[in-house]
Amino acid sequence: MERKEWPLWEVFIRSRNGLDHKHCGSVHAPDAKMALQMARDVYTRRLEGVSIWVVKASDIVASDPDAKPELFDPAEDKIYRHPTFYQLPDEVNHM
Amino acid sequence: MYTQSLSIPDGDAKGPRKVENPDYLAEFNAKIDAGSFIEPKDWMPEAYRKTLVRQISQHAHSEIVGMLPEGNWITRAPSLKRKAILLAKVQDEGGHGLYLYAAAETLGVSRDELTEALLSGKAKYSSIFNYPTLNWADIGVIGWLVDGAAIMNQIPLCKCSYGPYARAMVRVCKEESFHQRQGYDLLLHMMRGTDEQRAMVQDAVDRWWFPSIMMFGPHDKDSVHTDSARWGIKRISNDDLRQKFVDATVKQAEVLGVGLPDPDLKWNEARGHYDFGVIDWDEFWNVVGGHGQCNVDRLAARNKAWEDGAWVREAAIAHAEKMDKRERQVA
Repeated sequence: MERKEWPLWEVFIRSRNGLDHKHCGSVHAPDAKMALQMARDVYTRRLEGVSIWVVKASDIVASDPDAKPELFDPAEDKIYRHPTFYQLPDEVNHM
Repeated sequence: MYTQSLSIPDGDAKGPRKVENPDYLAEFNAKIDAGSFIEPKDWMPEAYRKTLVRQISQHAHSEIVGMLPEGNWITRAPSLKRKAILLAKVQDEGGHGLYLYAAAETLGVSRDELTEALLSGKAKYSSIFNYPTLNWADIGVIGWLVDGAAIMNQIPLCKCSYGPYARAMVRVCKEESFHQRQGYDLLLHMMRGTDEQRAMVQDAVDRWWFPSIMMFGPHDKDSVHTDSARWGIKRISNDDLRQKFVDATVKQAEVLGVGLPDPDLKWNEARGHYDFGVIDWDEFWNVVGGHGQCNVDRLAARNKAWEDGAWVREAAIAHAEKMDKRERQVA
C-alpha cells in the first residue's frame, strides 16, 4: 500500500466576535481550501466558531522549550512591572 | 467514546529499557508532581512517550472502529429524527478519532504509521466494538451503557498530564454527554411502546451489560503494572471506575424499567456500593485477542474503506500539487 500523507495544518478558531482566534487542534488536508473545510467539520460541529484560520504546521516557527530560561527568566525579577509592586496609602489603593 | 482501560500491549518488540538522563528525569518528575502539564516539545522519558502513543492511538482507533456498529443502522433508523441524531453521533465519533490522532501525532508519530498499525491488526482498539448490533435497541443501549462507561473512563483523562491529550479529552467529553442522553431517550421511547419493543430493549441490555463493564479493563489485582499512575496519565483505577459506573447505572435501569442480567447485583450497605457478579474474563481476552464475533469484519471494513478511498487521497494531492505549480509559474 503506497502512502502519501496529506500535509498537517494547525487550526485556530474565533469562537465569537470580540475574542482572539485560539489554537484548537490540527487536520491533514491536501490544500488550504480543503483544510478550512475539514477544520469546519472536525472542530465546529456545534457552533464553536465564527471564523477559522488554518496554517501549515511546517510554516510555524516555535520557541525551543530548552531555551525557556534564556527567553523567559529575564522577566522573572522585574516585579516592578506589575501594579501590585506599588504599595499606596489605603485611601487611594484602588487606583 | 471510547477507551477501555486500554493500553494493552500492541505487541511492540521488547528492547532494553532506555537509561534516561537523571537531571532531565528529575525535572520531569517534579513537573508531574506539581501537577503541571507536559507539552509536545518538552523533554519526556521515552517510556512516557511510548505509553502515550499507544494509549492515545488505541483510543483514536476505537473511535474510528466505533463508527461501524452504529453506522450499520443509519439506513435503517425508524424515523428521520433518529436518523439525523445517529448521523450526528457517528460523525462525532469520527471527529473524536481525528482529535486523538492529532494529539498522538504531537508525540512524533505519523498519521500513516498509526493507520497502518490499525489496518494490519497490530494495534488494539476497544473490545466492545467486536460485538454485533442486532436490533434497533442496540443503538440506544450503546449510547446509554457503552458511552456511559466511556464517559466514566474519559473524564479523569481531561486532567491527564499530557496537554494535547487532556485538551482533546475535554472536547470529547463535552460531546459525549449528548451520546449517552440520546441513547437513553431512544430506549425510553421504546419502553413506552409495545411489548415487542420492550423485549428488544431487554434483549439488547442482556447482551451489552457485561461487555460494557468489561470496558474498564482487568481487575486492579490482575492489571499489568505500568507507570501510568505515577505519570498522571491514569488517575483512577479500573475497579474504582467500574464500581462508579455500576452504582450510577442501577438507578437508570430502574427508571427505564429494564433488568440488568446479573443475579448477584445487589446493594451492599456495609460497602455503600452495589456488589456484582463474576465477570467472564476469558471472554474479554478472547475478544481482545481477535476472536470476538466481529473482529474480522471490523478490520475488513476499515481496510476496504482505506483502499476504496485511495484514489480520492491521491487525486486531491495531485490537484494541490498542480495548482501549486501553476501559481508558481504565474508568479
